[in-house]
Amino acid sequence: MLAWTIYISFLGALAVMLLPKRFARGARVLALLAAVAGFAVSLMVFAKHPSGELVTVARTPWVPSLGVEYHLAADGVSLTLLLLTGVVAICGVLFSWNIEHRAREFFAFYLALIGGVYGVFLSFDLLLLFAFYEIAIVPKYFLIAIWGSTRREYAAMKLALYSFVGSAMVLIGLVAAYVVAGAKTMDLAQLAQFPFSIHFQMWAFPMMFVGFGILAGLWPFHTWAPTGHVAAPTAASMLLAGVVMKLGAYGCLRVAMMLFPRGLDPWGFHVLGFGSWRDVFALLALVGIVYGAMVALVQRDFKFVIGYSSISHMGFVLLGLMTLQQIGVDGAVLQMFSHGVLAGLLFAVVGRMVYDRTHTRDLSELERMHLSKVIPFAAGTFVLGSMASIGLPGFSGFVAELQILIGAWRAFPVFAIVAGLGIVIGIAYTWRAMQKAFFGKSDRGAAAPVSQLPAITIPERLGAAILMGASVVIGLYPQVLLRVIVPALRSPLFEGLWRGSSR
Amino acid sequence: MIRVNYLDLLHLILPEAIVVLAALCVLAVDLMFLRTSETRVRGFVGGVVSIAGCVAAVVWILHAPQSANVLDGMVVLTPLIERMQIVLLLLSILTILMFMGSAFTRHVCEYLTLMLLATVSVMFLVSTQNLLLIFLSLELLSLSLYVLTAFNKQSGRSAEAAIKYFLFGGISAAFLLFGFSLLYGLSNSTNLVGIAASVHGRMLDPLLVVALVMTLAGLGFKVAAVPFHFWAPDVYQGAPASSAAFIASSSKVGSFFILYQVMVIGLMGAEGGAAWHGYASGWVPVVAIMAAFSMVLGNLVAITQSSVRRLLAYSAIAHTGYMLVGVVSHTEQSFIALLYYAITYALTVLGAFGVVSVVEEATGGDTLSHLAGLSRRAPVPSFCMLVFMLSLAGIPPFAGFFGKFYLFSSALTSTPGTLGLLWLVVLAVAMSAVSLYYYLKVLKNIYVAERPPDSAPIGVSFIRQIVLCLIALSVILLGCAPNLLLRWL
Repeated sequence: MLAWTIYISFLGALAVMLLPKRFARGARVLALLAAVAGFAVSLMVFAKHPSGELVTVARTPWVPSLGVEYHLAADGVSLTLLLLTGVVAICGVLFSWNIEHRAREFFAFYLALIGGVYGVFLSFDLLLLFAFYEIAIVPKYFLIAIWGSTRREYAAMKLALYSFVGSAMVLIGLVAAYVVAGAKTMDLAQLAQFPFSIHFQMWAFPMMFVGFGILAGLWPFHTWAPTGHVAAPTAASMLLAGVVMKLGAYGCLRVAMMLFPRGLDPWGFHVLGFGSWRDVFALLALVGIVYGAMVALVQRDFKFVIGYSSISHMGFVLLGLMTLQQIGVDGAVLQMFSHGVLAGLLFAVVGRMVYDRTHTRDLSELERMHLSKVIPFAAGTFVLGSMASIGLPGFSGFVAELQILIGAWRAFPVFAIVAGLGIVIGIAYTWRAMQKAFFGKSDRGAAAPVSQLPAITIPERLGAAILMGASVVIGLYPQVLLRVIVPALRSPLFEGLWRGSSR
Repeated sequence: MIRVNYLDLLHLILPEAIVVLAALCVLAVDLMFLRTSETRVRGFVGGVVSIAGCVAAVVWILHAPQSANVLDGMVVLTPLIERMQIVLLLLSILTILMFMGSAFTRHVCEYLTLMLLATVSVMFLVSTQNLLLIFLSLELLSLSLYVLTAFNKQSGRSAEAAIKYFLFGGISAAFLLFGFSLLYGLSNSTNLVGIAASVHGRMLDPLLVVALVMTLAGLGFKVAAVPFHFWAPDVYQGAPASSAAFIASSSKVGSFFILYQVMVIGLMGAEGGAAWHGYASGWVPVVAIMAAFSMVLGNLVAITQSSVRRLLAYSAIAHTGYMLVGVVSHTEQSFIALLYYAITYALTVLGAFGVVSVVEEATGGDTLSHLAGLSRRAPVPSFCMLVFMLSLAGIPPFAGFFGKFYLFSSALTSTPGTLGLLWLVVLAVAMSAVSLYYYLKVLKNIYVAERPPDSAPIGVSFIRQIVLCLIALSVILLGCAPNLLLRWL
């Protein structure tokens, strides 16, 4: 049944594309229906799913001569991310309700992207996973290049090339693993059981991790992300930050770490103080956290602030993964959900509520507009969203980052302290952006230059409410998700990982 | 030598005979009944007759499958070879269908005749394992292609391209003949199997090395591998679209098939190795180097092209590089992977030339800026082009992706235990990441760029739209269900 999330999205894309020109405005309704249906399906399965055990959704031979299967399955981690995809997809459509320019194509690409994302989260055959992973690249390019804003063609091409380079690295690792195992299977569970030689894992793991990490915003390969987020239309930046970056993190966990757990083992010697790939990537994640936050602190463009904050928050996810502590990895998965929802919300406020009305994202110009008086709803949403994003208790960000920090404290105490510093800087940049964008001082004399902006529409209110609600629910009662995440991470599939951590 | 009577021989080569007959019919019908008709009518009737001939040949092959190996390997028929012949015939049918309406010449029926002769020559090419017949069919193919290239008499480019093609082709044919004669001198046999028997176990003496290099030079020219690729950009750009499409599709498939046969069957004893830490001199390292250079040069130069045809030419050189990886690994599996790749590539590039010619007929040029805003002027061809370009870049779910995956994984499997060809595979994957840039550039102009202010929607003939959709659909289908083709090969 879960497989229908994929089919619904692709069929929806097809239907939207084939819509006659007269009904172009129906495209958004159709897209909304498809997104809601996808979410409903995953919610239904989620509700019926007692624990995070692996359930097979579909399994048939695909290319028998190569042992490749069409194998869809879901466990707690996938379910969590499927829910996230559903939520963000619905809100993305709601926040692009005002798209008129080539609307059918917009929603067709949008749904194709969603379909690819669902596919990645559900695939349990490596080739299938990779295929969906790449399917998700192309629509992103067009969404940004056609409907984007600042330097859109440059940003779109940069994003596509970065993603493709990343996936090329993944492909090499995949093919090598397939050939070395020699068992004529691409099944993730079976390959994970294969004892790859430590020598092989030592080069295959970092290659795959970096390959997926590029999409997860791993510093220093993150530069596609801010430009991409800024150039993208609102819905696309919501998807990019909300879901697509999670694809990378999910790939790191599900493929790189699960296939090659021993790649995280100590090298047995030290170079520049690093003793293993785990140290290296943990440091890169940490640099991402602090660097992203510091760069966000000095941005003049409102959207760049959120763009760089995404790098910082994704750094937490990667740091959580590298702790190799149960609690840290739980936190990382939770953070994927939390950041997905919150980044979506913040991008929606900046891109749709503010930029589409004021046509500027320059903080110093916004400062003069008194937006808190003109569009109080946007100001209120942004305040709540940023509170959640800096990790105020009661919102999802808190639970997730707390778990990651505890995990990091156990694994690398010094890093945990620096990451805590990153959170403090996070408060600073969020505060600064909020202050400048919405609560500017009126020291420039004359009355506010902007007196009247279009009111916030109902779809926008609805979308904001859904995203906010999701964050609050998880913040108040994280057990909703943790009840499926924790058993999934305890399952035998990830056994190799924990064995590694005890060494 | 086994004796065969002529009737049996005719029976074996009946498909080729049917196509030759069709070629003569096309000429005769044109000469006798259509002298006063319009060019369009003549093109239509000629096209129908040629297609009927090809279909008849396909039906005959399907109806009476045979296997044979007669006259010292002159005619070899196996199920695989017969299927290749069917593929080549289908490619010709698609080419003829797609370009039935294009009117660049008054001599449509002569053009079709040459096209059919070229088809016959590739059919012979795949069904022989004898040096003599290989050379003859290669020459027949080349001669037809030279004329096909020059066929647009109004265009200086066409003539220039043909001259270049002819000069390069002539020299490379001389190389090939020289190489073949040395091989014959070494082994006293023109049969590939016989050559293999005498090459086997012999040290790699200088004579064999010369023979090998000469042969590779001649065949490398046919598949447009670096450093024998110089003709490709000019020919792809100057030739009429249908000729270029034929050169890029059928001719490429046939040439790769025979390259593989000559190397793997004929020179089995002298293969050497190109694995990392496993180098041994022979033809494999030479082909590996050609592959590496083709990939790098093709992809890097394609980035700077502004003409879509030249871009396709350099991308063809790059794809030759990928396909040569299949020759380097030379296992049974990699042969199937190579054929899958070559066939799907041929389909894709055929479709791409179809779209290019749609654009050329409407806007008069083939540069990237002529494509601007095409998606709003001709949505169906644009969508087909999206499929073709992404398939060439190797994006799933299109056939190009699975082809690459299969080819590269079989290359890694060919050196069991040691991933010896990893260096070549890494290079190929890295280069295909580069290639996405220029394929996306084409698509950017189609989908993103604004259409020129005075542009009207482009009308595309019904047949051409159907053919384009058919090809796009098959590229998608073969990508989603590669088994359809793999099981059949």
